[in-house]
Amino acid sequence: MTRAGWIRLALIVGALAVLEAACRYGFVSRDAVIPPSKMLEGSWRALAADETRADIWLTLQNVTLSLVLSLIAGTAAGLLLHKATRLRRALDPLLASYYAVPTFVFYPLFIVLFGLNRWPLIAIGFLFAVVAVIINTLDGLARIPRAFVRTAAVMRLTRTQYALHIILPAAAPWFFTGAKFAVAYSFIGVIAGEFVVSGAGMGHATAFAYNSFDNRMMYGLIVLLFIIVGTINAVFGTVERRLYARAGR
Amino acid sequence: MPAQDADVLTVEPVARRGDARSLDTALLIVGLIALWQAGTLVLGKDALPSPVATVTKLAAIIGDEDFPRHAWETARAFLTALVISLAAGLLIGLALGARRLAGEVAEPMLTALYSIPKITLYPVILLLFGLGISAKIAFGVIHGIIPVILFTMNAVRNIPRVYLRSARAMRLTLAQTAGTIIIPAALPEIVSGFRIGFALTLLGTLIGEMFASQRGIGYMLVKAMETGDTATVMSLALLLVVLATAASAALLALDRRLRRHAIAA
Repeated sequence: MTRAGWIRLALIVGALAVLEAACRYGFVSRDAVIPPSKMLEGSWRALAADETRADIWLTLQNVTLSLVLSLIAGTAAGLLLHKATRLRRALDPLLASYYAVPTFVFYPLFIVLFGLNRWPLIAIGFLFAVVAVIINTLDGLARIPRAFVRTAAVMRLTRTQYALHIILPAAAPWFFTGAKFAVAYSFIGVIAGEFVVSGAGMGHATAFAYNSFDNRMMYGLIVLLFIIVGTINAVFGTVERRLYARAGR
Repeated sequence: MPAQDADVLTVEPVARRGDARSLDTALLIVGLIALWQAGTLVLGKDALPSPVATVTKLAAIIGDEDFPRHAWETARAFLTALVISLAAGLLIGLALGARRLAGEVAEPMLTALYSIPKITLYPVILLLFGLGISAKIAFGVIHGIIPVILFTMNAVRNIPRVYLRSARAMRLTLAQTAGTIIIPAALPEIVSGFRIGFALTLLGTLIGEMFASQRGIGYMLVKAMETGDTATVMSLALLLVVLATAASAALLALDRRLRRHAIAA
C-alpha cells in the first residue's frame, strides 16, 4: 500500500475510534449518534430480520433494473446522437443542466403511467442514471482518434468489425465511467424515491426507523447501504483503472 | 468526473454557429413542449396537465399569499447552503490541491462520499441539527461541497509548475500567490465545479424540505404529491426546471467564455 493509503487507513480507523470513545463516554448525545460498534450490531439485526432483508432485496432489484435499463438505453441514445450532430449540439445545453432538475418530482406522473408498483421508482433511478450514460458515451465516441477511423477505412472494415475492433476498445473507458455514474445515480434515485414517497425498500426502512426512534436499526441500515455501495464502487474502480492503464490515458 | 463534462468538448470557435445552435435548442424546446401536449392528450389532463394549464396554475400559485413565505424559506436555505458549499469547498480544494499528500489521502474518500446516496444521511442530519432551516442548509452543503472540492483540487494540481516557480521567484506572499496565480489559472475548472455544486446544493436543499419540513417549495411539492394534486406538482416542477436550467445555462456560458479565454491566452 502507498504512503497515502496508510495515512488514509489510519485516519479512518482513528476517526472511528474517537467516535466510539466519544459516544461511550457521553461526549455526544446518545439520542443523536450511537457508537460505531452499535451501528454494526444494527446492521446485523437488519440482515437477520426477514422484513428488512426483504426491503434490502427489493431495493437491490430495483437498482439493478434501473441500472441495466439506463445502460442499454443510454448507450443506444449516445450512439444515435453521435450520428445526429445537429440534434446533439442542440441538446448540449439541456444535457449540461439536466442534473439541476430534481427528477423525483415526476414520481406522481410515473404512478399514473405505471401504476402503484415498483416501476415508478425504477423510472426515477433510470432518469437519474441514463443521462450520465449518454454524456459519457458521447464523450467516448468523440475521443476516438481520427487515425483509428482512417485506418479502419483503409482496411475496409465492415460495420460490425468497426464496432468490435475500433469503437468498443477505444471508447471502453468512457463507457465504464458512465456505468460507474449509473450505479451511483441508480442508487440515489431509487433510494431517494423510497425515502420520500414509497412504502417499501431500504430508503423507506431507514425513514421508518428514524420515525420510530430506532436509532440502532437506522444507523445499521445506513452502514449496510454504505458497505454495499462502497464495495460496488471499489470493484468498478479497480476495473476502470485497468482499462485506463490499457488505453494509455 | 467526466459525466457532467461533455460540454467541454464542444468549444465553438465561430459566434455565428453559436446562434444557429441556440435556434436549434429553441426548436428542440418547442418540440419538447409539443411532446408534453401530446402526452396530455394521451394520458388525460388529470394525470398530466397540459403546458398551458400548468403555466396558468403556476401563475396562480405565485400569486397566492402563502407563496412568498415558502419561496423565501427555500431561497434562504438554498443561498446559505450555496455560499457555504462554494466558499468552504473552494478553500478546502485549494488546500488539498496545494498539498499533494493531503490530496492523495483525501481524494478516494471524497469520491466515495460523492457516490453514496446521501439521502440516507438525512435522519442523522436531523438528529444533529434538529428540525428547521439549519438541517436543510447542512443537507444542501453535504451535497454541494464535494464536487466543488474535487474540481478545485484537480484544477490546482494541473497548474503548470512554472507558474508557481515564477511566484516564488517574485517572492509573492501566500495570499498574493492564491489571488494572482492559482485562482486565475484554475478558474475555468473551478467554475465547472461551481456549476455542479450549484445543481447538487439545490437538489439537497429540496430533498431536505420534502422530508420532515413544514415550509418551503419542497414541502409544497410533497404535500401536493400526497394529495394527488398533479397540477401543483407539475407547476412547481416547471418552476424548478426553468430556474435550475437558467442558472445552469448562465454558469455554462461563463464556463465556456473562461475556457476560450484560457485557450487564447
